[in-house]
Amino acid sequence: MVRFLVRRLALTIPVLLGVATLVFALIHLIPGDPAQAILGETAAEADVEALRRRLGLDRPLVEQYGVFLAGAARGDLGTSLRTEEPVAQAILTRLPATLELAAAAMLVAIGVAIPLGIIAAVGRGTFVDHLATTFALAGISLPNFWLGPLLAILFAVELGWLPVSGRGTPAHLVLPAISLGAALAAILARMTRASLLEELREPYVLAARARGASRTRAVLRHAFRNSLVPVVTLIGLQFGAVLTGAVITETIFAWPGIGRLLIQSIGFRDYPLVQGCILFIAVTYVGMNLLTDLVYGVLDPRIRYE
Amino acid sequence: MARVGAAIVLLAVIAAVIGPWVMPYDPAAQQLALRLDGPSPAHWFGLDELGRDIFARVLAGARISLLVGLVVVGVSSTIGVALGSIAGYFGGRVDEAISRLIDILLAFPGLLLAIALVAVLGPSLTNVVLALSLIGWVGYARLVRGQVLRARELEFVQAARALGATTPRVLVRHVIPSTLPAVTVQATLGMGAAILAEAALSFLGLGVQPPTPSWGTMLSYGRGHLLDAPHLTIFPGIAIALLVLGFNFLGDGLRDRLDPATQGGRT
Repeated sequence: MVRFLVRRLALTIPVLLGVATLVFALIHLIPGDPAQAILGETAAEADVEALRRRLGLDRPLVEQYGVFLAGAARGDLGTSLRTEEPVAQAILTRLPATLELAAAAMLVAIGVAIPLGIIAAVGRGTFVDHLATTFALAGISLPNFWLGPLLAILFAVELGWLPVSGRGTPAHLVLPAISLGAALAAILARMTRASLLEELREPYVLAARARGASRTRAVLRHAFRNSLVPVVTLIGLQFGAVLTGAVITETIFAWPGIGRLLIQSIGFRDYPLVQGCILFIAVTYVGMNLLTDLVYGVLDPRIRYE
Repeated sequence: MARVGAAIVLLAVIAAVIGPWVMPYDPAAQQLALRLDGPSPAHWFGLDELGRDIFARVLAGARISLLVGLVVVGVSSTIGVALGSIAGYFGGRVDEAISRLIDILLAFPGLLLAIALVAVLGPSLTNVVLALSLIGWVGYARLVRGQVLRARELEFVQAARALGATTPRVLVRHVIPSTLPAVTVQATLGMGAAILAEAALSFLGLGVQPPTPSWGTMLSYGRGHLLDAPHLTIFPGIAIALLVLGFNFLGDGLRDRLDPATQGGRT
């Protein structure tokens, strides 16, 4: 297990380095002079020069890269051009809101997907199965930037049951969580169905039935438990999709998280903040994938020896 | 389901191609006196905040969406198939380099990288296509690499090599064609994903810029009129969802028919 852990961690380091390099390169992809682009065409030359110095763009590229990597390793992601606030602090201030939304969305997704997947698998080929499968494909196809406003029209505007935007009470969380969790629910439902169907074909399920276990018990206590490994893995791997989806959901519902911070900082051309948000989300995503792999390794020993 | 998907996609293509010829309204023509009017027999989907016919704009938006989907899928599948084939066929350091690049790009959630690229390159249709293509090839490359690793050991490929066929000929005539069923499935699903991503970027203000009609931009403007004119949000959203659903149905159906791997494990 220790060898597996070390090998998996060692594989993550070049990926993290690559991610950091790509994020560092972003500011250099800006057409023309980045400092001029940030301040606009009409900015005074002295101001452009000052910003260039502040961003370190006047130093050799290799030195800029070294400073960026060393800073990122220490958690120093520079300061916001607009608010002068350290980027890391701006991100950490908004982290709880994003985590709250992501967790709620995942709860919604799991709460809908698991029962739906079980019902579809048990009733394979029936009307219920077709309905569940269609629902799952529809869920993947529905953009959350459409579902969110639709939910807001129905539950906030027409019925007045829930607040339309902002953060504060648990009621504020309901619409953003459903909007963000719908696509994940659809993907998870498909995986639960497929995985459970595979397990239901195994002889041990028949053996359980032969020993007198009821159909429900054979499905839930035996087949379902074993079908969970790929489902749990998918939940971990989909965390990145949830984080990216949060960028849109937070924008729709004025949710004060990292996603909204990213979009606002793009609007203000606050590139250190843009870089910081992108790096943070990407590193979190890599971390979640690593964690998922490690958990998978614990759950399924065959993975450790591959 | 594949048939339903094919029908939706065909309908969208026909609407996009002949729509502007048969529509009585110009998607850019403004009737300010009728701004935000709801659906009526004259204007089936109502009018937007500048009094433009939403049905005409939805049809014009279909052109943009399909165009983005086609270009993104075309560019990314070409790059992906080429790099994936090279990595899988030659192995060694070339494979190592391409695979590490794939790992790094896969470490980013796709849309996040697109947002980052468009944020620095500037919002425009061209940059959206560029960003989505730069990200999109990774999926094809990974898929094709795996397929080529298997295909290069097959007898007919080894026979072609033994008969003295050159490496490019073996790749183009024998190896790459064997990957095409899987690539077709991926490309069909990729159309839906590219359309969705373009709409998402345009919704965030990072994609197609006004006055060009894009479904995502239309949804973005609709957000400001949820209370007084929900039709601004409802119709472009239905268009996106239907078209993406069509490609997903079609892709799923094709996978069942073309991909032997899923045929074996079909439940």
